[in-house]
Amino acid sequence: MSDNSKGWWDRLRRPSTRFSVLGLLGIGFVGGLVALSGFLGELHATATESFCISCHEMRDNVYMEYKNTPHFSSKSGVRATCPDCHLARAFVPKVARKAAAVREVIHKVKGTIATREKFGNHRLEMAQRVWAEMKANDSRECRSCHDAKAMDYAKQSRRARLQHIRGDDQGLTCIDCHKGIAHQLPDMQQIDPSAVIGAQQ
Amino acid sequence: MKKNICLGIALVAGCLVLAPQSAVADEVKSLRGNIDIEAPSLPPEVEELIPDQKPIKRDYVKQPPLIPHKIDGYTMNAHYNKCLSCHSWANYKLAGATKISPSHFVDRNGNELANLAPRRYFCTQCHVVQTDAVPLVENTFKPVPALQK
Ligand code: HEC
Ligand code: HEC
Ligand code: HEC
Ligand code: HEC
Ligand code: HEC
Repeated sequence: MSDNSKGWWDRLRRPSTRFSVLGLLGIGFVGGLVALSGFLGELHATATESFCISCHEMRDNVYMEYKNTPHFSSKSGVRATCPDCHLARAFVPKVARKAAAVREVIHKVKGTIATREKFGNHRLEMAQRVWAEMKANDSRECRSCHDAKAMDYAKQSRRARLQHIRGDDQGLTCIDCHKGIAHQLPDMQQIDPSAVIGAQQ
Repeated sequence: MKKNICLGIALVAGCLVLAPQSAVADEVKSLRGNIDIEAPSLPPEVEELIPDQKPIKRDYVKQPPLIPHKIDGYTMNAHYNKCLSCHSWANYKLAGATKISPSHFVDRNGNELANLAPRRYFCTQCHVVQTDAVPLVENTFKPVPALQK
């Protein structure tokens, strides 16, 4: 019986006689690079502001609101974009967040927040998710730009100075006090009834 | 002859109309400055907000106190009033802020409410921030002796 009569499986398993080990490794390496760069490229392309606002849900709501805030335009012109606040810089949490975005894709297809009104109805829920995330990671994304150790309280405004010292003493994190810095807040009746008109205390 | 009379009348009429007007124009200064009515106003200077400071002295009893800090970007809508996140009775202690006074809980019929009265919800109707702007007109108001230092 000749080799030819063997099944395709055996052929696949048989070591190559034509290519050297180095050659095979090379092909594998190049192939891997192409795949990886595709993945990283994808990771990179979806980590930009233009990607975030390519869907109207983001562009018409949170983006329009953010355009009026100091993180969009300020005297120094340093801008914080959507991924700066919403996406970790480190690789593992970044990929984890992207995997969790499957939920967002499903709701995009279902049109859960397709209109301004629907967006408003779901804002509390969405905001609470962001707050919980930031509370859990000690406002990591804020701190990637605002290093608390590099903050000179003496140069800050009166109220900021007093509150930042209190925050340090009580182990608070940025998002405990700085809610709604980039977007309009949801209906806050449940969060702080003393700060909403008509709410029962 | 007729022509001369006509000219005379026109002159007199002209004087009557023009004279008082130019005198008035010299006296009255528009807040826009002495700019021709047709001409576009000068663009206003950009005023700087005064940095956060201690509470500003009040000039009369029941004056709504001036806001001694910046408030840009503070939300004030049906869902939330950022001012109250520091000034409400529930929050003032932690924020180190002055609490809103009891007058803010009274509606127009004199009923004491459990929460802020709706007519007091929009704080900046009465409380205003301060900039380094030069006053447009001189003000000679003096506080009553009790409020002077
Ligand atoms: C990409 C970097 C970056 C990130 C991320 C970032 N910031 Fe900022 N932030 C800035 C810069 C730059 C300014 C100063 C803008 C200016 O010049 O006034 C600023 C200003 C601020 C101010 C002062 C705003 C004012 O009214 O003057 C606050 C409060 C603040 N950031 C909080 C946060 C919080 C909370 C987070 C996290 C949710 C955050 N920042 C994330 C860069 C960043
Ligand atoms: C205990 C509450 C509290 C915590 C915690 C807190 N802040 Fe603040 N922060 C304030 C207050 C109050 C102000 C001044 C009021 C305002 O700007 O609206 C302020 C002002 C600022 C400013 C503007 C500085 C200035 O001179 O006005 C920046 C920037 C800022 N915070 C960043 C942060 C960052 C970053 C963190 C987390 C490391 C943080 N804050 C944590 C309460 C807090
Ligand atoms: C300076 C940091 C910062 C930037 C920049 C920023 N966000 Fe946010 N975002 C937040 C915080 C904090 C919350 C939590 C809710 C809140 O406090 O307003 C939030 C909440 C959200 C929510 C939940 C809905 C809501 O309104 O609460 C969405 C969606 C969102 N952001 C999308 C975006 C998009 C899209 C961009 C870019 C156009 C962006 N964000 C830029 C900090 C930021
Ligand atoms: C981050 C917390 C905070 C927010 C938000 C805030 N304030 Fe204040 N405010 C303070 C503090 C703290 C003081 C007291 C300053 C001091 O004693 O150093 C103060 C003082 C004042 C005073 C002076 C009180 C007096 O006795 O003279 C007024 C008026 C005032 N604020 C109005 C407002 C209004 C109106 C808003 C909303 C547009 C607002 N504040 C938002 C913290 C805040
Ligand atoms: C209709 C006008 C009006 C509105 C609206 C209003 N205030 Fe006042 N406020 C006053 C007057 C007048 C005083 C001083 C007399 C008094 O205490 O009643 C005052 C006093 C205060 C004081 C000082 C209290 C004290 O004990 O000395 C604070 C703080 C204050 N207001 C905050 C607010 C805040 C925050 C809001 C918005 C939620 C607000 N005010 C809305 C008129 C107003």
